[in-house]
Amino acid sequence: MSNTTLIDTIICAASEAWRHDGEVLATGIGIVPRLAASLAMLTCNRDLLMTDSEAWVVSEPVPVGPRGDYRIKRETHMGFARIFDNVWGGRRHAMVGPTQVDRYGQANISMVGADYRKPKVQMLGVRGFPGNSINHANSFFVPNHSTRAFVEGEVDMVASVGYNPARLARGWQLDEIDIRLIITNLCVMDFGGPGHQVRLCSLHPGVTAEAVQQATGFPLHVPAEVKSTPAPTTEQLALLARLDPHGLRASALGA
Amino acid sequence: MNKLVKAGDVIARLRDGMTIGIGGWGPRRKPMALVREILRSPLKDLTVVAYGGADVGMLCAAGKVKKLVFAFVSLDFIPLEPYFRAARQAGAIEVMEIDEGMLVLGLKAAAMRTPFIPTRTGLGTDVLRYLPEIKLVDSPYDDRQWVAMPALPLDVALLHVDRADARGVCQVKGPDLYMDDLYARAATHTYVTCDELVEPAAFEQGEEARYVFWERTQTTGVVHVPCGAHPTSCAPLYGFDVKHFKEYVASAKDAGGWAQYYERYIACGEEEYLRRVGGAEAVKKLPLPVF
Repeated sequence: MSNTTLIDTIICAASEAWRHDGEVLATGIGIVPRLAASLAMLTCNRDLLMTDSEAWVVSEPVPVGPRGDYRIKRETHMGFARIFDNVWGGRRHAMVGPTQVDRYGQANISMVGADYRKPKVQMLGVRGFPGNSINHANSFFVPNHSTRAFVEGEVDMVASVGYNPARLARGWQLDEIDIRLIITNLCVMDFGGPGHQVRLCSLHPGVTAEAVQQATGFPLHVPAEVKSTPAPTTEQLALLARLDPHGLRASALGA
Repeated sequence: MNKLVKAGDVIARLRDGMTIGIGGWGPRRKPMALVREILRSPLKDLTVVAYGGADVGMLCAAGKVKKLVFAFVSLDFIPLEPYFRAARQAGAIEVMEIDEGMLVLGLKAAAMRTPFIPTRTGLGTDVLRYLPEIKLVDSPYDDRQWVAMPALPLDVALLHVDRADARGVCQVKGPDLYMDDLYARAATHTYVTCDELVEPAAFEQGEEARYVFWERTQTTGVVHVPCGAHPTSCAPLYGFDVKHFKEYVASAKDAGGWAQYYERYIACGEEEYLRRVGGAEAVKKLPLPVF
């Protein structure tokens, strides 16, 4: 399977994350999540809201890269202050790209290393992860499924909250946390195993469940039957060609 | 009241150890002329509060930062800020690392003169583990614990706007105000650089006053610095300078890189800086970013 075909399969699988969300703001951070959200808005959930990735809610997804004559279709203003109003109200589903994810679904984009005061590798900082994760639905895209990304213990800096009972404040329930899909270069997973255990949902073509488990630092729930991730439809491919006219997604897996 | 001052006057009013909020967001609408003025000054031990970009990176590189209050430091199109990164990895700065929205609430609480604002944001994360000063509180209205995001009062806020008048009426026409209004309200003193200095009558025309987001009571001083946000953007007047940022980021790869950048772009003073980055005409032609 060529990388171009694999990335299209991944984007189409990721677009399913928003299917049953109704009228929420779909945010995809990075090119794959953004194309997935855009595709969802044009196919399985036409009620979604998206932004132009700057300051406006738009009535149709904006193609990625240089736009030529394309003019965005503005619906309302959505500067950063408005984004937080939306986040705190809960009507959003973001797909983000964490560097580390653990068995609880806790995720990290802040820093890597054992000493928080002197990180081995400083990354972005926690950004909006704490607020996103306690306020609305979240999914993850991880382009390099490995034990470095899916770590054995807890992530080095818990930037977003997961299904970890030890970290619940008084009066809060795990069911109030809403982590949906994890889409990687190998498979699709969710938190549908016993006690929110990470569950294997579908395998990309040519990938085995054993290979996924080997590349994951914690035990996965593997159902007796695991489907193959569906190939993109002709309609989806045509829409992707429109949403990504310059083919920027081709290098999204680092190829 | 005439609030016009020079950049040097603003910096002369700052003191070692002050808490300074810097407006803008990442590579966008940062008061870079004032940041460069701080870099030229002997100021030290600052606590910096920002949605950080190269402003934070440069202040870290120059050893001005004692403590950083932040959610991220990034140039967006170049995700990792090299000098911030180096400072963190050397353990050179104290940090208060909080969620982007918690920073909104901290500024808002300071602006409202309340000690905290309750929120669910931060629950279950290491933000609370590393910041024991952020407390959980019981609610008088339900049986849950809530994060009490403390107020983040600023001694000084530094902002850049499109245009202002001598009274301190400030206008931002870009698509996003970021949190500049909250910085202005959270600070004891707010100093603003403006690309264009206008007469008060300019705000009387059409809908111009709708792009004024805080009252002049919140503005202490106004400095007229055309292209004062460069190399960050000041949409719709100019985009950010991709070439300059790349040069800045590349400088961090060499041991003496910061000293060279400082020598070339900071030590020379603001007038020469603008000449060295191509002049005002070139800056105003920098394309607006497409995301």
